[in-house]
Amino acid sequence: MKQFLSFVKKEFHHIARDKRTLFILLGMPIMQIIIFGFALTNEVKNSKIAILDNAQDVASAAIRAQLDASRYFDVVRDLHSYGEIEAEFRKGAVKLVVVIPQQFNTDLQHFNTAQIQLIADASDPNVATTLTNYATAVIMDYQDRITQGRKLPYTIKAEYRMLYNPQLKGAYSFVPGVMAMVLMLVCTMMTAITIVKEKETGTMEIMLVSPVRPMKIVTAKAIPYLLLSMVNIASILLLSVFVLDVPINGSLLLLIAESILFIITSLALGLLISSSTGSQQTAMFISLVGLFLPTVMLSGFMFPIENMPLPLRIISNAVPSKWYYDIVRSVMIKGLGFSAVWKETLILTGMTLFLLTLAIKKFKIRLA
Amino acid sequence: MAQPIAIKATGLTKRFGDFTAVDGISFEVYQGEIFGFLGANGAGKTTAMRMLCGLSIPTGGTATVAGFDVYEQTEQIKRSIGYMSQKFSLYEDLTVKENIRFYAGIYGKSDAFIKEKTAFLLKELHMEAEGNKLVRSLPLGWKQKLAFSVAIFHEPGIVFLDEPTGGVDPVTRREFWNMIYQAAARGITVFVTTHYMDEAEYCNRVSIMVDGRIDALDTPRELKRSLQAASMDEVFLKLARKATRNAD
Repeated sequence: MKQFLSFVKKEFHHIARDKRTLFILLGMPIMQIIIFGFALTNEVKNSKIAILDNAQDVASAAIRAQLDASRYFDVVRDLHSYGEIEAEFRKGAVKLVVVIPQQFNTDLQHFNTAQIQLIADASDPNVATTLTNYATAVIMDYQDRITQGRKLPYTIKAEYRMLYNPQLKGAYSFVPGVMAMVLMLVCTMMTAITIVKEKETGTMEIMLVSPVRPMKIVTAKAIPYLLLSMVNIASILLLSVFVLDVPINGSLLLLIAESILFIITSLALGLLISSSTGSQQTAMFISLVGLFLPTVMLSGFMFPIENMPLPLRIISNAVPSKWYYDIVRSVMIKGLGFSAVWKETLILTGMTLFLLTLAIKKFKIRLA
Repeated sequence: MAQPIAIKATGLTKRFGDFTAVDGISFEVYQGEIFGFLGANGAGKTTAMRMLCGLSIPTGGTATVAGFDVYEQTEQIKRSIGYMSQKFSLYEDLTVKENIRFYAGIYGKSDAFIKEKTAFLLKELHMEAEGNKLVRSLPLGWKQKLAFSVAIFHEPGIVFLDEPTGGVDPVTRREFWNMIYQAAARGITVFVTTHYMDEAEYCNRVSIMVDGRIDALDTPRELKRSLQAASMDEVFLKLARKATRNAD
């Protein structure tokens, strides 16, 4: 035990002394969450819109109020003619104009159907699409309200249901992705690099000549990164709950347990890489190309797997982060329990055991 | 020499497939002796040494190190030996004291022992002021001496040195050998490989490996006499020239 402790202590010394790497390791998840959360997000908040209300009746007023009340929009202008619309866009004052036609309420009541025109500044098509979607959603909301209780087939209702993400939050899909990415990077790459580093400098040989068992060496190496990863998970979850308003819908305990499982998978992968290569550069390269890219490309986090060609869909099953991503999404976003993710968990456990066995075997062969 | 035996090898062999790296070597190393283990590159020195350190299981023959069998008792062997490799082997990003503490720690030494002995050792090396400095900042000669001190910090009966003085200037090499003599005087058996023939002269006895076999084993003086050579350099060349194996 004393042996083991001096080992773990040494590993912490290594990490603490390399301030730059430590800073990157701890800062990376925070940066990623912030970049994905704010810079890359297609979510809108308090977007300035204008309303051209030609009806000036009960229904139009209600819709105006509802739009203004939603956190996505601020109604900053009330326009009085079509001519003003272009001027507003040219000024860049608003991104969206909602045009309510004359006799809006009358149409709604008597003909059971009414129209609203949404005019968006499509110079940024993504924002335009998002804004019109949001506005439509808000209007549908209103429509739901007025039709409630009356079993009248009187409005053509477009079904807008945003499953698990009713507010169309961009953050929802990437938080699990960032978790998988960060864990893979910290655990796999860093473990591989530190072990290979010891091989390069010859300190590994000294340790193998000492009475320390190889398993202890490896475990001691893994522990600091396990802790670092836990810190990373905590910071990602805290940021997503308190800054991005992405709640943890399922059990936090289950989420953490699954994360630890994935950390062990990543550590095993790192160990495997370290015993297959002799230089830090190679180790880094294998980790990046062999693991990081598949995590980004094939886990379903950037590109939906359902849309991929069959061969890629098959390959994606071999990527451990895909399963972890699925699990986190189910537990964190959908709020599902263990009964919904046991299959994924089983697969991930199987992969972990396989990788660990292979890694330990390779590590031992190298000693003989 | 009626001294107790520290290392005894009989017909020790290691084969990798068709290739016989070490071909039935037999020798004895006495306790407290400085035993030079010489040979050209690829002669099988490192493989032989790895077997004695318990890093590699022999394919034939027998050997005991500190009385322990190299097949069955590698754990006990590892406990009884120190090792310093040709590659520099301290952590550059740890301080001198942290390095000592770590290596002593993996041999399970107590904190009190480590503390006391660290102070003593730093004083002996005239490095009291450097205790909290990173190893990275030390000159190579100091690092090498420190590495040796660390290798025998846990007071092993035998220390294996694999080309310990590679790349070190002559003055430091001389100082390094003084440390080896001191260790031997304390009863530590020193098993050392080297490429420097002047260093071979410092050894009590020298063995010379050629193509996986030990071709000569005696005191430097006897070797020179029997091969009618003026220096160990000449002894080595006369023997090594017979080699048929290519250096690796």
